[in-house]
Amino acid sequence: MSGVRILVGTHKGAFILTSDGKRESWEVTGPHFGGLEIYHLKGSPVDPNRIYASQVGDWFGQVVHRSSDGGQSWEAVGNKFLYDGATGTHQWYDGTPHPWEFKRVWHFEPSLTDPDTVYAGAEDAALFRTTDGGQTWNELTGLRTHESGPRWAPGAGGMGLHTILLDPTNPKRMYIAISAAGVFRTDDGGQTWTPANRGLRSDFMPDPEAEVGHCVHRIALHPSRPSTLFMQKHWDVMRSDDSGETWQEVSGNLPSDFGFVVDVHAHEPETIYVVPILSDSLHYPPDGKLRVYRSKAGGNEWQALAKGLPQKDCYVNILRDAMSVDSLDPCGVYFGTTGGQVYASPDAGESWAPIVHDLPAVLSVEAQTLP
Amino acid sequence: MSRAAVRVILPYHLQNLAGVGREVGVAVDGAVTPRSILDALEAAYPMLRGTVRDHVSHARRPMLRFFACGEDLSLESIDAPLPEAVASGTEPFRIVGAIAGG
Repeated sequence: MSGVRILVGTHKGAFILTSDGKRESWEVTGPHFGGLEIYHLKGSPVDPNRIYASQVGDWFGQVVHRSSDGGQSWEAVGNKFLYDGATGTHQWYDGTPHPWEFKRVWHFEPSLTDPDTVYAGAEDAALFRTTDGGQTWNELTGLRTHESGPRWAPGAGGMGLHTILLDPTNPKRMYIAISAAGVFRTDDGGQTWTPANRGLRSDFMPDPEAEVGHCVHRIALHPSRPSTLFMQKHWDVMRSDDSGETWQEVSGNLPSDFGFVVDVHAHEPETIYVVPILSDSLHYPPDGKLRVYRSKAGGNEWQALAKGLPQKDCYVNILRDAMSVDSLDPCGVYFGTTGGQVYASPDAGESWAPIVHDLPAVLSVEAQTLP
Repeated sequence: MSRAAVRVILPYHLQNLAGVGREVGVAVDGAVTPRSILDALEAAYPMLRGTVRDHVSHARRPMLRFFACGEDLSLESIDAPLPEAVASGTEPFRIVGAIAGG
């Protein structure tokens, strides 16, 4: 029977949760790298036992770990992330120019075809790639040196490149998202990039509809329909049906359209999930009730999914990389909280149960469907 | 050129990263300085590159400090010779993480 492995990055280590296809009972291993901040782990789609993990921290900086046995053992690989050429400046919080400085890798996105090729999204925002399994990393400079770069600015958590989407039908096309610059698309394998933010409106900006500067929290696509994108922006849930050329708001009846995560059902390209958060000042769910909202219409019409989730006194947050889906049938949906819970739904969101409830604050969740 | 057997004490997480105990011995050629010790340490344990000092500038990471013989050497030149007791292996060179966290 096929199974599921959930890779969980937390404030104090990584944890690996595994189950069979029923997804009723779980085995938990970890902490791996106990005491250390693990921003993100992700496995290769073509070799699920090849996993990359990003360890970050003020004491020892960036470390990259690689496993070739599904997370049972790890080896440190290359951690030299150097901006290629002059770094220039971006905007600081107060609008003054600020030099680009590498701080950490927020997100790894392994290639769809080669387990040794991985993209890394960095803070300060830049895209790196390895083709030798993480031993060496090279910057795809066309993004950072885009003419709009001096107008990019950090979000509260830093100026991170947090989302990398690979188009499964076009190896030259990918999308990335940066807080707070917005979405960019490449059609030439990362050499050149185009802002893809038309239709976004961010009232905190001097020009609310500017080409760049939007605090995009997360974007997602379904592999069968890669020209349709979904976005949880700082405020507003958005969709694009033309590869990011234009965006339309689909927040509809959500109790709040602020949030961090958005994901797509594995088998239904118009079924999407978000977790509304009350506001950017409060960072917890409305009414102390943790509810996932699902739309089966690609947005606008949303249904609260609360069965098994705490419905009183709940004040956790769900960070942008902390939701994921498996590809079993029914689709499993998973998310982690800053309170240390990882919730699983084996029935596409109808019901939920915690796999674990006392981990350190969860930073990232990635589901792997195992053969 | 002289070769010194220097003892280095690592903080907990770097012990785990390098797969070693609290103290490691490294062979340092020539003058025994923070730079030459770190060069030897990183040559012996490549996974430590970038964790104690910057890859390019070789600046000490701000939340680490260097001690030897009861002295804080963090703000000294990384090319300043260390006390003979370090070069002789009588005293270790200590890499210490800031006592902070959360």
